[in-house]
Order: sequence, then C-alpha cells, then structure tokens
Amino acid sequence: MTRSVIAHNRFGLGARSDDGRINDPQRWLRQQLSAYDPVPALLDTVPSRRTVVDELADFYVRRRNGFGRGQGGNRGEQEPTSTDMDGETVDPRTTARRSFNRQGRQHYAAMVDARARIALTSRAPFAERLVHFWANHFAVSANGAALVRLAGLLEFEAVRPHVMGRFRDMLLAVERHPAMLLFLNQARSIGPNSPFGRRVGRRRNRRPGLNENLAREIMELHTLGVDGGYSQADVTELARAMTGWTVAGLARGPVRRIFPTSATVGQFYFAQQLHEPGPRTLLGRHYSAGGEAQAVAILEDLSAHPSTARHLATKLARHFAGDTPPDALVDRLATTYRGTEGDLPSLYRVLIDAPECWVDEPVKFKTPWEWIISGFRALGSREFDRRINGVLRQLGQPVWTPGSPAGFDDIAASWSGASALTSRVELAQRIADRSRDRIDARQLAPRLFGDMLSDRTARTIASAESAGQGLALLLVSPEFLRR
Amino acid sequence: MLDRRDFLRSGALGAAGFMLAPYIAFAQAETDRRFVFVILRGAADGLAIVAPTGDPEFTGVRRDFARHSEGGMRLGDFFTLHPALAEIGQLYGTDEALFAHAVASAYRERSHFDGQNVLETAASAPYGLRDGWMNRFVGQLSGRQAEAIALSSTMPMVLRGSAEASSYAPSRMPDPEIGLLRRVSMLYEDDPMLHADWAQAQETQELAEDIDGTGRGETALGELAARFLSDPDGTRIAAIELRGWDTHANQRGRLDRRLGALDGMIGALRTGLGTIWRDTLVIVATEFGRTAAPNGTGGTDHGTASAAMLLGGAVSGGRVLADWPGLRQPDLQDGRDLRPTMSMDRLFAGALAEHFALDLELVLQSVFPAAGAARLDGRLIRA
Repeated sequence: MTRSVIAHNRFGLGARSDDGRINDPQRWLRQQLSAYDPVPALLDTVPSRRTVVDELADFYVRRRNGFGRGQGGNRGEQEPTSTDMDGETVDPRTTARRSFNRQGRQHYAAMVDARARIALTSRAPFAERLVHFWANHFAVSANGAALVRLAGLLEFEAVRPHVMGRFRDMLLAVERHPAMLLFLNQARSIGPNSPFGRRVGRRRNRRPGLNENLAREIMELHTLGVDGGYSQADVTELARAMTGWTVAGLARGPVRRIFPTSATVGQFYFAQQLHEPGPRTLLGRHYSAGGEAQAVAILEDLSAHPSTARHLATKLARHFAGDTPPDALVDRLATTYRGTEGDLPSLYRVLIDAPECWVDEPVKFKTPWEWIISGFRALGSREFDRRINGVLRQLGQPVWTPGSPAGFDDIAASWSGASALTSRVELAQRIADRSRDRIDARQLAPRLFGDMLSDRTARTIASAESAGQGLALLLVSPEFLRR
Repeated sequence: MLDRRDFLRSGALGAAGFMLAPYIAFAQAETDRRFVFVILRGAADGLAIVAPTGDPEFTGVRRDFARHSEGGMRLGDFFTLHPALAEIGQLYGTDEALFAHAVASAYRERSHFDGQNVLETAASAPYGLRDGWMNRFVGQLSGRQAEAIALSSTMPMVLRGSAEASSYAPSRMPDPEIGLLRRVSMLYEDDPMLHADWAQAQETQELAEDIDGTGRGETALGELAARFLSDPDGTRIAAIELRGWDTHANQRGRLDRRLGALDGMIGALRTGLGTIWRDTLVIVATEFGRTAAPNGTGGTDHGTASAAMLLGGAVSGGRVLADWPGLRQPDLQDGRDLRPTMSMDRLFAGALAEHFALDLELVLQSVFPAAGAARLDGRLIRA
C-alpha cells in the first residue's frame, strides 16, 4: 500500500478520490511514459498562436497610429468617443488599451484552465508532473501584453512535444519560441557589427547592441548551471552568436522594421542583418561564421556538456528524492544523461527504479500548485475554478508567473512558513465547503494515504465539527501538505 | 487569567484606552530601536539612483542615460539623487539620509539568485551559510527588541535561521472559523516544522487583527510596517522585499516607477512611525549593480558595485560615503562595471553596531564573518 501511495503522491499529482490501489506501482509509472499525450483534446479550447500574435501585432500597429486616428491626425481635434459607467468621457486610447488588456487576461485564464484540467483528469499524472517540471525549468513570466498571451503557449508548443524526447530538442524548441525570445529580450538584440547595427549606430548617439540576457540564462539556468564552468566572455560570445534570433512582427524597438512581408507574424525569424558576423569561441570550442546554424551548434554542444548533465540530474533528483538530493542518485542520472545523449525517458526510468525516490517518509513539501491540484484531485473535481489562480497568486505561485527566469523554487523553505500555512488553512476551508455534501473525509483519508495515515490525523478529522471542517483538516494535514 | 489574545484586545480598546495610559503602553517602546531592511531584488542600478554626475567620465560612459538624473537633488558637488526620490531627498536635507556608493557584497559573479543569497546570508560565497544575517543579528538581541517580522508571504533568506521571526502578508481572505484553527493546532502537535509555523501564524494573526486595514502597493506596505513597528506589542525589526529592479530594457520608465514606489514607501513609514522615526534605521540595498554603460535595449545588464542607503532619524546623514573608484575604462570592474571599494557587510555591521550600541567586533564575528576589517569614515548613526 505504501508504494502505491508514493506512486500517486510523489510521482503523480495525487490520488483522485476514484483511484484505486495500484498493484505494481513501478509498472504503472513506466506505462505512463508511453501513454503520455502531448496534445490532449483539452488543448483544443486554448487560443491559438495565430489568434494571440495577430492580436498583439494589430495592437502595436494601432498604438503607433494613435488608435484609429489617421496617420496625419491631430491629437487636439480628436473627439472622445465613449463614456464610462459614471458617464465620464473616456479617451479612446484608454478604451482600446483596457479592452486589449482584458482580452489578454482572458486568454491567459483559458490557458491556465486547460493546464489545470489536464492535470486534474490525466491518467498519466507522472508524465504531467514532468511537463510542469520542464515548463518551470524553462520559466518565463506571464507579465505584460505579449507574455500574458504567450507564456502558456511555451509549455504547450515547446515543452509538451519533447517531454518524452531528447533534452536537446526541447532546448532548441524553447529558445526559438517567441515567449522566450521576447521574455529575455533576445528579439531586440543587435550585433554591433551587423549590417543593421552599423547603419543605426551611425545615425544615433544611442548605440544599438547586444542584449546578453537570454544568453546568460541559457547557460546559468537552462543548461550548464551557475557553477557550470563558464565565464562572462562565454556569455557574451553566445549573445553574439544568437543575434538575429528574433520574432517576426513582434520584436519592438528599432528592430521592428526589418521584417519582410513574407515572414509570418509571431514565428521565429532569423534576421541575417542583425547577426554579428564572424566566428565565435566558447568554452574552448571554435564555431565558424554562419547565420542561424552557429548558435544552434553552440546550443547542441551546451546540451551535451557534462555540467548540463549534472545540473539537470540535480534538479530532477531534488524534485523526486528531496530538497537535498542524494549524490548517488544525481550521479546515476548524470551518467544516464551522458550515455543516452540526453534521452529524457531514460532519466525518468532511473527515477522510477531509484530506491531514493521510494523512502517511506515524505521527501517534499508541496508547492502551492501541487497542493491545489492534489486537493482538487482528491475531491474528485474535474473543473478548475478560475478564481483559484488568484489564490495561487496570493500563495506566491500564480501559473507561469514566477517573476524570474529561474522559475519557482523547488525547496520547502520557499513555500512553508507561518503566513503561507495560514493562507492554506483559509483556502482549505473554502475548497472543502464546496465538496462537503459529497465526500466524507473520514473515508477519503485512508483511501488516499493507506497505512501512511497517522493516528493523530485520523482522530482529528473524526473530531471535526462538520463535514466541511473534516475535509479542510484533511487538506492541511501533514500527510497532505507533503509528498 | 488573561490570555494573550485577550490582552491584545484590551491593549487595543481603541484610541481611548491608548490615550489614557500612554506611559504604560509606550514605556518599553520608547527605548527600543527600530530597524528595517529593504531588499531591492533584481540588482538596482546604483549609478542611476545616486548618479556621479561630477565624474568627468560620467556623460561619456552613460551616453543618453546621463540625462536620467536631470532634475534630481544635488548631493554635494559630485553626486545627484534620482529625481523620483523626493521624500528621500528631503531626508538628505535634514541629515537623515546617508548614501554609500561603490558598495558590494563579497559576491563577484552576476547571478541574481546567488547574489541575493550572498546579500542575505552575508557569506563569503553563495550557499556558504545556511541562515540569514538578520536572523543571526536578531539572535544577538533579547526581549521585545528581538521581535522580527518579514512583510512577505514567505520568509526571505535574510530572516531564515534558528532565531525566532515571523512573516506576514496582508490577507484579503475571510477569517477561518475558530474551531478549525483549534483543530489545526491539534493536527500539527507531532510535526515539529508545521507546529512551529502554525504557532507563529497564530501569534502574528492576533497581532494583525488589531492593526490590519491595509491597501495595495508599497505605500500601504510602508504603513503596515510602521504599524507593526510602533505597536507596543509589535515587532522592532522588519524585512521588506521590493521586486522589479532588473532593468535590461526600458530602464528609464521602469526605474522611475520603482524608485517612486520605494520613495512612497519610505514616506509612509516615516509618517506612520511619528516620533519613533528618530530611533529608526532603514537600510536599503540590492544584490549587485549594473553595467556602467547602457546596453542596446535602453537598459543595463548585470554588474558589480551599486549604491546603498541608510535612512532614518537615527542616521548621521546628509552625506555620500564613497571611496570613488572612477569610471574610466581601466577603473571599471572587468572593464564594464562600477568597481566595489566598500564592503556592504562592513557597512551593515557598522550601522547596526552603532544603532544598537553593540560591540562592532562582536557583530562582525557573529553576524558578518566575511566583512573584513576596513574602517569607515565617521559615524553612521547619531551619537
């Protein structure tokens, strides 16, 4: 029974109230690696790339043109065209901006909703946990007009297709995705000696140039890791190699005028005229001159680097074996990564077979997302209340919005503490009240935790004043807060 | 018997009870020192905040960014304060603000996460110490004076450690029923971690019930901090985190807004503290600075040294403390960043030792082991 509980909670996203006991937990997990569906039907309802990028491009154009005024229009003669609820006249620009922002929030909410419903209903919850893991590894933040629309698409379009593939392919898909190129300013980075850089540089005192933000985070966060043995010079070389990687129609600043009409708006675009010419040397390797392929070659080498193997192995081990990952497990994962050219399912099989991942005591304190999703699963919910993302925000983990390219932390110290616990108790009460007529916590608790359920938790739940209170206690029990 | 909850209620019977017995309520509070540490997460640009406009290289290095300090208050004949910092400029005028420039922690790489870890642990290298320096410092204090809080939904590294500290984020959620709270306490009886967190939560919640009523934004955060710090049963030490300083693009507008928010928070804190402001030290610091030159996208990239602020009625201010390293190409760290000439840890240690009348050597040994022994020029805190 214990291993079945661990398979559901530590590897999966928490048992659903209708899940039975698993007879062969390791086999159950292995089967998910092939049963995983990269494009589940629930994604059909999500706004498409086409929809959101056209909206964005259109908004940028309208904003430059002053929203509906002709190009030669005179601001002073503009008549207000609408009134707000108090009968006050509203500047049409404000109206346009408000409705555009509202539209963006709606798209984001629809994407969060799809992600949550997949997580709540999936029969391959281990695989879905890995989707969340990699999306957080390649974190962007859903802030601002572009990213609020694109952050979810990074997970759906660049992460999901490669979760059961090779890391190299996921890396390339992510770094070419508009969400990443825009989030870390790559789309506007200009080679100072590129044709465009030289032309603009002559005209202005303001020297256009490199932005090394994405290059740094690729090395520090996506591949080698902060102690991965690279220098500032390597970061700058990668930044130079990546100039030209941009997004058609959505790059802002002086770069925005370079795209030919044949380029599809919102797609990755390699702009030779932004690309810093010449060969590059990085981590002791030489990369000959050549447009887009130069950075691709570097990214491929970075993905194969032993530091990358170690960095990814450490993060995976931390996610499944505890905040201080056991060295032996990290070693096995890193060795497997190098031996299989970064084949991700091979790493997952190491985790499934690792005794370090099956210790009886819980090894992780759930993040707010893990806690909410496992709570909804336990209550048998298939729908995700849109207000819940507001609560996740209050708990410090709004979906796809870590606020930093490092993603959300994966250690207890970041999520535990007095105020975090208070918020969970308050929220548990609200969630529980919606299910109290359907579910008896006294019966649910042993189904979820089997012989891992402590006497104290069982007794406290039994002492509850009401069915709702019993469920709330179950949701904040030590067993439920950890995995 | 009067339990803690009842005591807090009776202590807050309202303005009437307050006014009738001011000496009893404030007897202890009057003598306590207040300390607030404000972390600017994301590497704030020291060369924009306290601009060395008197440096002959300034305009050449900063190019069009040199104009961003126009309209700012002059700090002597060499530096100019960012124009968004009106409240803080007033404090400088009344000698209640001291700016330290070209300061840095022991960290010399350019990762936010490692840099913040060193800023908050005061270790010589990332992850070299497991607790935060504020927590170690709180361990040197006792009684009410040692009550510390982080105004944050989770405990920041700087206050993590073995000494007791609480965290509080204003909640907009309805209060849970008392019966549930009591049973949650039962539930955690055998779980040391959750038990400690929950005990803390209960205590903070009781305090907050009396003084909450906050809105959004940094000004509200300043007001909330002032309430915690001025309540006779409140905390004496607080940590506040402000995000959004990583200005890789569009630095001018973003920094205007973030500095405006910081300025509003400091103003609200000063107003809220009233006469207690004279016993208050506020330190504002960031993990590292940014490149001296702007990048190609109207921003700056990760750098090394930055500026820090000591604010408060207790501060011996009205000056900029700096061993100015210069902005010529060979003067710059790695040819790109402001070179550090002052240890941030040493600055913190000096200010805290003077503010709390503690032995500097003791503070250095027990709280800032990587600070070094450099001397700082003059008093940081009024004698």
